[in-house]
Amino acid sequence: MEAKNKRQKSKARQVSAEQRAYLKKLARRDRLIAAVRLAILAGFLLLWEVAARTGLVNDFIFSSPSRVAAATARLYQSGELFHHIGVTMLETVLGFTLGTLFGTLAAAAMWWSPTLCRVFDPYMVVLNAVPKIALGPILIVWVGSGIRAIVVMALLVSTVVTVMTVLTGFSEISGEKQLLMRTLGAAKGQIFIKVVLPASVPTLIGALKLSVGMSWVGVIVGEYLVSRAGLGYLIVYGGQVFKLDLVMASIAVLSVLAAVMYYAVSAAEKRLLAKRGER
Amino acid sequence: MAEITAGAGGGPEQKREETVAEVKDVRLVYHEKSGETPAVAGVSFTVRKGEFISLVGPSGCGKTSILSMLAGIVEPGSGEVRILGKKPDPRADLTGYMLQRDHLLDWRTIEDNVLLGLEVKHRLTAETRAYADELIGLCGLSDFKRHYPRQLSGGMRQKAALARTLAFSPELLLLDEPFSALDYQTRLLLAGEVHSIIKNGGYTAVLVTHDISEAIAMSNRILVFTKRPARLKKEIAIDLRGADGREASPIERRSMPRFNDYFDLVWSELEGGLGDGSEE
Repeated sequence: MEAKNKRQKSKARQVSAEQRAYLKKLARRDRLIAAVRLAILAGFLLLWEVAARTGLVNDFIFSSPSRVAAATARLYQSGELFHHIGVTMLETVLGFTLGTLFGTLAAAAMWWSPTLCRVFDPYMVVLNAVPKIALGPILIVWVGSGIRAIVVMALLVSTVVTVMTVLTGFSEISGEKQLLMRTLGAAKGQIFIKVVLPASVPTLIGALKLSVGMSWVGVIVGEYLVSRAGLGYLIVYGGQVFKLDLVMASIAVLSVLAAVMYYAVSAAEKRLLAKRGER
Repeated sequence: MAEITAGAGGGPEQKREETVAEVKDVRLVYHEKSGETPAVAGVSFTVRKGEFISLVGPSGCGKTSILSMLAGIVEPGSGEVRILGKKPDPRADLTGYMLQRDHLLDWRTIEDNVLLGLEVKHRLTAETRAYADELIGLCGLSDFKRHYPRQLSGGMRQKAALARTLAFSPELLLLDEPFSALDYQTRLLLAGEVHSIIKNGGYTAVLVTHDISEAIAMSNRILVFTKRPARLKKEIAIDLRGADGREASPIERRSMPRFNDYFDLVWSELEGGLGDGSEE
């Protein structure tokens, strides 16, 4: 497929004016979409700024882009910005890497033994259904109120989702492929290593993406409950002392970080799948 | 174990040949929560070295169950299955199983797919690699060794699957409708190629198919089974030779006048089987 596409592309470059016009149209649409995206953001910021300056909204309560920028700059100058970002990032990364690792291991164990899977099924359902924030106070008492409690919270939120997603992925691997491996004399471990795991790479990446999102939720919730640093802490603190500029600035930074992390994982996914020759 | 070949009308060489597989009064019942299904009811036959045997019968009659027992992935409920006198074990190199679909692993190159069986059996050596390479050549895939399965056509993929099956030199090849997922033309061509690879390599093969012409075109002997639970209904020796007296190729066979006689014979046996079934 890939080779075919490449061939078609190179052919188009040499010949057909029609194809060139078609490609031009596609490029034009891409540019239009990018422009509209930017316009929406700029329009929103502009409207917000104007509304705040003209007194249409109270800028003490609603803040304004310029006040948010100033608050961010102040955080940066005091050297606090990267401290808080660092703490939150560390917690999040720990949360989703450990969550994916533990979740995948648990899913592997449950794939290995259908009996084990059936035994734990109701527990998984309950764990998945319970809002993990409800466990917050228990966590604080058990593991203390530092970074550890927050990471455990992120882990809790991300692991359960990972187990469910990965296990579904594992069990979707065609039974006939496993049959083939058995006819070749493969042991269960070999079937897992040589077929199930590699065939599940797209699922694993999907689970990782989900886990990143869940980890952010767990970390911010954790920081709301207990913390002395981190973006979640800044948001709660800002709210308590009515510094809405600070709250908005922290949310803006958080949004950028979450988006960057998501795109980084997506880029890694693309590269990995391209290496496997799948896209 | 040796046995006299019972050729029809002075057919195949009347000589003592080595028995590769032996199925003795085998029964198999599948158990499920909703009840039990008898799949195979007292089947016996032998496969001699170099022979190509086809199992034909109504769909769902338990032919595949017989292959699974020969491969050692399903244990017979009672009776005995022996490959070269040994109990079938997929970990040994007794049988090679080829499925309806190639099931090549998308993330491995054709070469790595062919080596899969050897890898699983921890038998990757310079020697086995060279043999696999030779097989890839025989299957006409030398130029596609480093390609991925999705870059190959259905027929080429199935040939790669054949190379994977032959790579660890199994004593007995088990072919479970290996051509049925292909289009008609590819199917005829591939049947011819596979037949010549199997015959030239001196392999012994058991083919499960619901295609009567394919069975006649490829085999030395056809075993016709009744509908489920499978019982052996009729054994038909196929003797189609070219002018030079050697065994005719599948394509040649299809144009022989006797081909149609064999077809009618197998067809009438199958029809009888279906009739018996509906009366039950």
